[in-house]
Amino acid sequence: MSAQKAPHPFSKRKSRQAAFESFTTLFFRLATYAVIIAAGYIFFNIAYNGSKAVFMTKAPFINIAFLTQKPQTLHVYEPKEIYDELASIKAEILSSKAKKAALGSGAKTEAAAYSSQIETLEERYETLDEERKEGRLMYSDSEYRALPEPPSEELYAYNNYAYSGGGIGPAIIGTCLLVAGSIAIALTLGVLCAVYLSEYSRPGRVLQLIRLSILNLSGVPSIVFGLFGFGMFVLFFGWGVSMIAGWFTLAIMALPVIITASEESMRAIPKGFREGSLALGASKWTTIRTNVLPYALPGILTSSIMGIARVAGETAPIMFTAAFALRDQLPWEGLTKPTDFFFQGVMALPYHIYVVSAKIPQNEYTRNMQYGAAFVFLFIVGFFALSSIILRVKIRKKYKW
Amino acid sequence: MAQTSTPITTSENSQPPIIEIRNFDFAYGDSQALFDINMDIKEKEVTAFIGPSGCGKSTFLRCFNRMNDLIDIARIKGGEIKISGVNIYDKDIDVIELRKHVGMVFQKSNPFPKSIYDNIAYGLRIQGVKKKSTLDDVVEECLRGAALWDEVKDRLNESALGMSGGQQQRLCIARALAVRPKILLMDEPCSALDPIATAKVEELIHELKKDYTIVIVTHNMQQAARVSDRTAFFYLGKLIEFENTDDIFMNPKNPQTEAYISGRFG
Repeated sequence: MSAQKAPHPFSKRKSRQAAFESFTTLFFRLATYAVIIAAGYIFFNIAYNGSKAVFMTKAPFINIAFLTQKPQTLHVYEPKEIYDELASIKAEILSSKAKKAALGSGAKTEAAAYSSQIETLEERYETLDEERKEGRLMYSDSEYRALPEPPSEELYAYNNYAYSGGGIGPAIIGTCLLVAGSIAIALTLGVLCAVYLSEYSRPGRVLQLIRLSILNLSGVPSIVFGLFGFGMFVLFFGWGVSMIAGWFTLAIMALPVIITASEESMRAIPKGFREGSLALGASKWTTIRTNVLPYALPGILTSSIMGIARVAGETAPIMFTAAFALRDQLPWEGLTKPTDFFFQGVMALPYHIYVVSAKIPQNEYTRNMQYGAAFVFLFIVGFFALSSIILRVKIRKKYKW
Repeated sequence: MAQTSTPITTSENSQPPIIEIRNFDFAYGDSQALFDINMDIKEKEVTAFIGPSGCGKSTFLRCFNRMNDLIDIARIKGGEIKISGVNIYDKDIDVIELRKHVGMVFQKSNPFPKSIYDNIAYGLRIQGVKKKSTLDDVVEECLRGAALWDEVKDRLNESALGMSGGQQQRLCIARALAVRPKILLMDEPCSALDPIATAKVEELIHELKKDYTIVIVTHNMQQAARVSDRTAFFYLGKLIEFENTDDIFMNPKNPQTEAYISGRFG
């Protein structure tokens, strides 16, 4: 590779074009990496913090109580001596910091002295805090009531924190019920609608308008659906705050996605299958049932995945229509007649996360609950999505053309 | 064409025609596609439609089993098509029964993405036939009828899409036979096939002629000459000439036909 070698016609040349080209490539790459890192951090953060609540170091390794119990008030007894000392150390740290801040810029040696003092105090605080965690007694509400007598007030400092004890069992069940019910309603209505739009309706301006309004519906903020559901199902139909009202509200929210995607996948089926079937003397509906819907099923299932993702995560629509912040009974408990099942409010994970994040004071106990609920929630949505992806792949293999 | 022209038919005509077309006008929206077609198609003969692209021959073929009903803007402007003496555009015609009677094979072979067996059995299953032995018999009979049985008898439950193009097209023919039609319409059945597969389909057409009336649209004049008994030449939506195949290829009466056949246009 001598520099004297005559450049051949295809040799690389430096040009502004090439520099621009490599710069844009780098830019795209960086943007992609940024997205991946952000997504990874979010999932890692939730998984890391949430796994503290969900998993245990001892067998059976999964905190079954957290997954099955009802949310309860957490009663915490901390060793009084440590508790008091921690409070005084905290006060000292604060006052030292204040004094340090009050010093002028000239007094450098004094500032350094305060810094080292604060450091030692903080170290001491941390070791004491460990001791406090070891020595503390925690009871969920039911355990607390079962105690023969509460620990003595002289030895322990007592605090209680709402929603921080027990588990999220009813919320998990409620979310599954809400998602399953609303997706069932949305898929039924949506597929019927998509069949009509793609197979039966006459193309023209009216159809365009209908399509456009369905598309626009998917852009409506979820709180508006919540208000609609509240007005329509809760008040006008008189269903009250109930699971069935939540089902329909969520179903209407998922409909646009499902209709659009299902219709697209049906229109993507080659015309030849329809013609072939019709030419054999099949009626239109038979043709659709045997030669359009089965092949469109993968697309319909994709749409249902998107529907689930949209429906399961929404807080606003169920806030007014279906969700209770706290409900003592599981959905199948205490029913006087079978229809009561549909007309009861349920707990739901997104709403539960909202309640424990926004409605009660933040501390180490509630944080556990928030992240645990978020982790379980992600897991459930992932499970729903995964199962329909698997189903889709299976069907796609069966009908391939 | 104001006058009711007499149908162009060949002379030595003893039995009544199975398809009679009288003064047939057809349009897509405002543009007329077929003009005043008069024609008689006889039973158990192969009739070929030839003509340059866009001359309306496929459109015309699709009128025989009312496949054009699927197109919103398609409409009949006048005239009638009678099959076995019944006007198929009458109000009381059940299109489903008509299509059972008049089978169709399409230009692009369109086997369903199911097994070979299910493809053949489809036409019967939608009629409610569930009995396994009946279906088995019909599948074998149709596959034999389409000269496909020996090639596929060991893989009836494999996907039809694993077959070669020629086999797929013959499967589509077999599928059409399963509903026992009287008339078989073929819309350029060999246009996507190689010469060997084409030869097989043509052989099959010869065989089927014994039991079925076949109307075939083709771009390939040699094919028309090989397979058909009569040939109709269409140009710009009009039926120019309809004669015995030998006559039309040997000494066409119409100068346009002659020009097309000798390859001067189209």
